[in-house]
Amino acid sequence: MAKRPAYSNLVKTMRESKFLFTGELEPKKMVDLSSILHSAEEMKKTGKITAANVTDGPQGDAYTCSMVPCHLVQEKVGLETIWQMTVRDRNRIALFGDILGGSILGLRNLLALTGDHSALGDNKNARPVYDLDSTQLIDLVSKMVDDGTDLEGNEIEGGKIEMNVGCAANPNSNPREPEILKVGRKVEVGADFIQTQTSFDIDDAKEFLKELEKFNVPVLLGLFPIKNYGIAWYFNENIPGVSVPKDLLAALKTAKKQYKEDKKKRNEAIDKINIDFFEPFIKEIQKTTKAAGIHCMAVHYERLFEPLLKNF
Amino acid sequence: MIITQQKNIEEIYDMVKQYSKILVAGCDGCCQPPRSINEAKVLAQMLELKARSEGKELKWKAITVLRQCDDRIAATTVRPFIEQYDAIVSLSCGLGIVMMNRIFDNILTFPAQNSMFGGAENNAENTFAEYCETCGECLLGVTGGVCPMAGCAKNLSNGPCGGTVTGKCEVGGYTHECAWVKIYERLKKFNRLDLFTKYRPPRNYRNWSSPRFIEINKSYTNEEEPKKEEK
Repeated sequence: MAKRPAYSNLVKTMRESKFLFTGELEPKKMVDLSSILHSAEEMKKTGKITAANVTDGPQGDAYTCSMVPCHLVQEKVGLETIWQMTVRDRNRIALFGDILGGSILGLRNLLALTGDHSALGDNKNARPVYDLDSTQLIDLVSKMVDDGTDLEGNEIEGGKIEMNVGCAANPNSNPREPEILKVGRKVEVGADFIQTQTSFDIDDAKEFLKELEKFNVPVLLGLFPIKNYGIAWYFNENIPGVSVPKDLLAALKTAKKQYKEDKKKRNEAIDKINIDFFEPFIKEIQKTTKAAGIHCMAVHYERLFEPLLKNF
Repeated sequence: MIITQQKNIEEIYDMVKQYSKILVAGCDGCCQPPRSINEAKVLAQMLELKARSEGKELKWKAITVLRQCDDRIAATTVRPFIEQYDAIVSLSCGLGIVMMNRIFDNILTFPAQNSMFGGAENNAENTFAEYCETCGECLLGVTGGVCPMAGCAKNLSNGPCGGTVTGKCEVGGYTHECAWVKIYERLKKFNRLDLFTKYRPPRNYRNWSSPRFIEINKSYTNEEEPKKEEK
């Protein structure tokens, strides 16, 4: 399909072929969003983060909605957001209504996701919705943006909305082919950009990015700097299909043991481990692939952005 | 067949403990595992024991019905008994329970079972498995015979999602197969990935919204009949 206009700064920057970075904010079960705004401010201060994702009930947990934090981050911090929206909790009527609402609030990026199943979350007995799937959500946004209608063709008063829509892709997928074919479907119905899940394997990541090139859509490769050994351990044990490299895991464990009592030194050591691992990783991606940038999922680990990104 | 699971005896007894004479009705229809005359007798005996443990006397009769969900069959089989009993406990699926309550509206029919799903018997895997969700909009022709409604925890029309790992689903702790990886494998085998790649638009959930009725044709004709107007 023909490219739609770049409504967001994110998509504009991608189309200018500037290698860019996005961050991630995760509102939890909270009414006070000051920690989210603080993270956003730290990201903004680096001058390197083009936009930040705001998650929508990750792991199927019942969390503060993503729309309000998106709005407040844009309004109070001046950092553009990528509004994550899952199809788990809302039918096409609610999705449409929320997207209209978000558009009124000035949200210009939407990342269309299926969402972790509610059976994995903290309200396991909830009835999951899945009226649409994530591809159909992209179709809905496309109709709202390109035609100014809902899925049935009913017109929006005041015309089309201005929004760009992205989709996810999984570099850890196995088998790989159905994943690639699925991304193709999403691009066909109107995805403007792709953000991938996290990758720790440079060869895998490069191969995956190569396969995505044919869609001619900007791709942000997902990376997950690890704030402490516990997170790395949890990741390895509980997230199938992704494994933290042994050396990285061992280094984090050593740092934890070595500086058990000294938090400051421990943090410095952990930051160095992450920088030593991810800086060359990012440089290699920037040099050898057509990726539009990096989606850095350093949630609640904003102190890393400045030292990690200073050479980019 | 309709796959059922018997309720806890405490729950069944709680529903009928205020009655002194009950009719326990098995069903010989498609309910699986079988809940026929012998299962009805055993349930009645268990309820009797339960009543005795509370110092009460419970009189019962156990019968079975060819299909409780067929009004004519249920009416002719059960009608001779109902005058003598205070309540009916049914071992059919939910269809039979509702039908019995509709036919015999002067006596309450209580469920002894939970109806789980419409299922197939897979002896190779030793399971009753839900292969179809009766969604009213069959996609099996474009999915290599694997149902993405029954087989996918998220009912996706355009899968797989990110919750699949080496062909297993995030729901159920990566033990169940991902329907969409299976669909991919089936279509690839028959060189029909064109069907996999095709975008499937949002579904028409009016076909899947309760209550659902289909008119049973009473007659056929080749003459033009007036169409019913939709309001």
